[in-house]
Amino acid sequence: MSASPVGMPLVEALAALRVERREDDVVISAMGAAREWMTLGTHPLDWVFVPSSMGQATSLGLGLALAQPQRRIIVLNGDGSTLMNLGSLVTITAEQPANLVIVTFDNGVYEITGAQPTPGGVAGRKAGDRVDYLGLARAAGFRSTFHFTGLAEWVAGVRGVLDATGPTFTLLDVAPVPGARGPRSPGPTSERARRFMAALRG
Amino acid sequence: MFSGEEVASLFARCDVTHVVTVPDSTLGRWEPANQQAGIRLVRVCREGEAWAVAGGLYLGGARPVVVIQCTGLFESGDSLRNILHDWKLPIFSVIGYRSYLNQETLPGDTALIFTEPTLKAWQIDYRFITKPDEFEVFARHLETCSREGKAGAVLIAEGKA
Repeated sequence: MSASPVGMPLVEALAALRVERREDDVVISAMGAAREWMTLGTHPLDWVFVPSSMGQATSLGLGLALAQPQRRIIVLNGDGSTLMNLGSLVTITAEQPANLVIVTFDNGVYEITGAQPTPGGVAGRKAGDRVDYLGLARAAGFRSTFHFTGLAEWVAGVRGVLDATGPTFTLLDVAPVPGARGPRSPGPTSERARRFMAALRG
Repeated sequence: MFSGEEVASLFARCDVTHVVTVPDSTLGRWEPANQQAGIRLVRVCREGEAWAVAGGLYLGGARPVVVIQCTGLFESGDSLRNILHDWKLPIFSVIGYRSYLNQETLPGDTALIFTEPTLKAWQIDYRFITKPDEFEVFARHLETCSREGKAGAVLIAEGKA
């Protein structure tokens, strides 16, 4: 039994997103997605959520989406983080921010602690099934939902995801990165927060 | 302790834009007045979310206040730590102190043991308000924290009018 669905490479999935990201989009990245996103370059409207409180990227994204309704806010999240804050899916849909896009990278494991199975992934469940994150998002009331299992399909579909009416929840099956470590903070937090706020003000 | 109108008026005076909240039977009564004052309510499912939502609002230029019960303060730990201490975002909070004024209703309630030590452990600059005539303490602390861009809290005793 595999620890996760066979999935696309995380860094290539992020690279495809980066191509379609508009200059005025805010991108919030957490955990493994943050680690790989930083390798692709920097942007003044990147909020690399490191250090973070695991699971809270979706909530931070909601706050930004409400405060900046004219901007698209993209949250790059993991399946383990999603499980830590499932209620945030309901909080988000209660507010219905049309400008919020959640992209969830599902590898079925807590990658940065040694790839232990999550309770939502195949290897972490007695029944050997997989939690239906897309079903959870639909039931919570996300206006647009997508699921991509392969890179080519994602590359072709990413623009449609970003342009859909939000709140949007997108699930990507990704392969765990072998031996992956946690993301490093790219600099002092206060200074990064100050620069980010200045970039938002334009 | 305080009317919704008093609190909403203070929030409006301090340019509060959003109240991020899980209500209890005291704090929830403020909701209509806050909404009438044009302050937007964001209802979260658990209190840990409230700090991150408020952090995002603040980064985006809004001025949120977190309004939760002390039991929600206990739930908030890691998220509060991250927003107030890692990122040093100046989020103000109003914490309802469950049954403090009516302790016989919940004999053995350990919220009475842990609330203030928890606020102290998280190094939150708070004021403890136990009487209706202490509204000015609340107002002054919120005004000072807003003006100086500092995090802070008021702990409001609940359980009796």
